[in-house]
Amino acid sequence: MDFLLAFIIGGLICVAAQITLDATPLTPAHVMVLFVSLGAIASALGLYQPLVELAGAGATIPLPSFGHALVQGMLEEFKLSGWLGLISGGLKATSLALTVAIIMGFLTALVFNPRD
Amino acid sequence: MLGTQKEQELYRRMVQRHAPRPKYLRNAVLAFLGGGAVSLVGQAVMTGIVSLGMTPKDAAIPTAAVMVFIGALLTGWGIYDEFGRYAGMGAALPITGFANSIVSPSLEFKREGYVLGMSAKMFSVAGPVIVYGLVTAFFASLVRVLLVGP
Repeated sequence: MDFLLAFIIGGLICVAAQITLDATPLTPAHVMVLFVSLGAIASALGLYQPLVELAGAGATIPLPSFGHALVQGMLEEFKLSGWLGLISGGLKATSLALTVAIIMGFLTALVFNPRD
Repeated sequence: MLGTQKEQELYRRMVQRHAPRPKYLRNAVLAFLGGGAVSLVGQAVMTGIVSLGMTPKDAAIPTAAVMVFIGALLTGWGIYDEFGRYAGMGAALPITGFANSIVSPSLEFKREGYVLGMSAKMFSVAGPVIVYGLVTAFFASLVRVLLVGP
């Protein structure tokens, strides 16, 4: 059941992005930026966490969850250490994935060569 | 040479008829299958991490990190860009697509040097994603804290 919900919700979020891409002049990069921002807003409104509880990876794998992780990190850190936490909490919560992305990006680009 | 208004109108209609229309349904189905499949793999990774003794909530970020690792590797092998040609946003929107957006341009611009090519181009898409993500998240959190508390 967990797997089915992950597939369906993850798929539906991508369909929403695909329709946005096809129906507007936006590029894929614009759609990614838009969905991250929408994820952050949905998270602050308390709408994204229920989706995560329902769909698991179906909600945490698509990019809106990056916005969600930033907002939740900021709010958690605000509870612990006040206003400075609101600033530091976002990157703190996402530092693992971001650091892996940068190190892996660096190593992959170093090792592999572009194809024609 | 400009034709009469009627001729222009006819020409405009002809162009419209022959311009490629996006295949909404086909693209949507492929995005659904692609995005669903990546999420399914993510769920499997997450289930594995939870079985190591993490709560599902704490497992989300390590899962994202593993998926980033997989996405970067598949991009290096040239598989992810091929997948993206079919799945569209189903490949771009999952976090593996975020990894792809880092690796793909940095590979392509490697020949322009390791600093201003490979490393600078890493962030051609990831940079805006991080900038808009952080700015929106900060103001959304600020408004929430001011209005209702954390």
